[in-house]
Amino acid sequence: MGMTMTQKILAAHAGLESVTAGQLIEAELDMVLANDITAPVAIKEFEKTGATCVKCRDKISLVMDHFTPNKDIKAACQVKYTREFAEKQQIEHFFDVGEMGIEHALLPEKGLVGAGDCVIGADSHTCTYGALGAFSTGVGSTDMAAGMLTQKCWFKVPAAIEVRLTGELPPFVTGKDVILHLIGLIGVDGALYRSLEFTGEGVKSLSMDDRFTICNMAIEAGAKNGIFPVDDKTKEYMHGRFRREPKIFTADDDAEYERTVSIDLSVLKPTVSFPHLPENTRTEWAELPVQQVVIGSCTNGRISDMRQAAEILNGRRVHKGVRCIVIPATQDVYLQAMKEGLLEIFVKAGAIVSTPTCGPCLGGHMGILADGERCVSTTNRNFVGRMGHITSEIYLASPYTAAASAVLGKLATAKEVF
Amino acid sequence: MVKGTVHKYGNDVDTDVIIPARYLNTSSPEELAAHCMEDLDRDFVSRVRTGDVIVAGDNFGCGSSREHAPIAIKASGVSLVIANTFARIFYRNAINIGLPILECPEAVSNISAGDVVSCELSTGVIVNETTGKRFQAQPFPEFIRNIIAAGGLLNSLAKK
Repeated sequence: MGMTMTQKILAAHAGLESVTAGQLIEAELDMVLANDITAPVAIKEFEKTGATCVKCRDKISLVMDHFTPNKDIKAACQVKYTREFAEKQQIEHFFDVGEMGIEHALLPEKGLVGAGDCVIGADSHTCTYGALGAFSTGVGSTDMAAGMLTQKCWFKVPAAIEVRLTGELPPFVTGKDVILHLIGLIGVDGALYRSLEFTGEGVKSLSMDDRFTICNMAIEAGAKNGIFPVDDKTKEYMHGRFRREPKIFTADDDAEYERTVSIDLSVLKPTVSFPHLPENTRTEWAELPVQQVVIGSCTNGRISDMRQAAEILNGRRVHKGVRCIVIPATQDVYLQAMKEGLLEIFVKAGAIVSTPTCGPCLGGHMGILADGERCVSTTNRNFVGRMGHITSEIYLASPYTAAASAVLGKLATAKEVF
Repeated sequence: MVKGTVHKYGNDVDTDVIIPARYLNTSSPEELAAHCMEDLDRDFVSRVRTGDVIVAGDNFGCGSSREHAPIAIKASGVSLVIANTFARIFYRNAINIGLPILECPEAVSNISAGDVVSCELSTGVIVNETTGKRFQAQPFPEFIRNIIAAGGLLNSLAKK
């Protein structure tokens, strides 16, 4: 029986000819990642062992993105602790305010992850890099600490679910709608312990930003990772960016998939996840006034997302009573949006533009919700209390849908504003 | 052997309700424990006693990779979490920080809130002391039990 893309990458990093689902392996890591919330726990664990030195200082990324710019004294102390560790260990890829961006937008952009890599990150959305044809998965701080110590991690080789894509997306329907639709189909534990392997002729029509968004939310279906095949778009994205030689793996023709889910992209509609689970997807709803809109995050803070939001907000006004918060994910995205005049469009429309931060997505800062408030958000989780008060409600949607909702003051799709 | 009173929850208990992100500006186990389960069960912290057991449905610990979640549960005094299934990152994290967890759907459907439950981790035998019913969960292999007994993965590595 053949191997999936994920299995081939894991086999190569474990120094094995082949692996099968369920096998326990130890794999070499090309990059280990943590942020300002998970790194302090990892550093404490690292120091517990009595170790004085990380294994590979150029294969560790520490990104200060969650509660930064420091939201309070405790957050400031956590960042300081991490910064001092990074200085002491001479960590090459330490990103502080001014250089940092939201980690899962930043690492691909900086060329720190690429095709064929095996990556762990102490952040559940580390699965984003599957868009580049890499195996990448979220772990906890202890695994991250062990990764810094040994540059290795043990894995159970996952069984796979194939997601076969056909057709092309209609206007105003994006990668976000694809992944929300998929989670709606299979549920928040539909891919538990498994890999989501995206295949089919529909892949080629999806932009890299769409693929990042889709892989980013693989975890929301419980998956260990999501992964796309490498094509010309992937190569073009990595060209001049990726600092190592890409290694391109392709699934065997007889790769084993536990099940296949087929999605015809051409019939998808703007999709929204209603409270309080990403699997509660809908494409129709009764009138639902909203008080806040967030456009950003590791899911949807890239330049395409900014362009889509600007397309809707250009020449329009954010509805009275709605706070619209736009957060470009990285400094480069911010600068590009500035050059293209997108930031001016946002400000003129009555939205605000924030420096890169995870901030409101996890109820950290920059837009916390009061009791009973509704927010349409391009982020990734709508759990109880995720963005603030436990009676607040989060509706997960694409940048088009979020921007349209900001303009109309109610949950709405892009077509409703034209 | 662990033994304690059961706190029971449903499916898809996520790490945001186990420990809300607003408290992640610290990694102190005691401070985290003071807010454990706060957005799901406000009285948990005042009710929980050392040794208590959490029993839940499918996909326990889904969402964020924050290790603060199992740390908060362990520091609150909970000795064991039994669920139908665990989200995969939580599963790794619990073992890595030394919080015992077991998957046992049969036990979950036959244990109620307030029951007293005991478990022998080396055999995976769970006993509902209130009803007298016994259940068999797949026990962890010895190397995993050693990690848990050492108080976590890196403690066990440090000992080697």
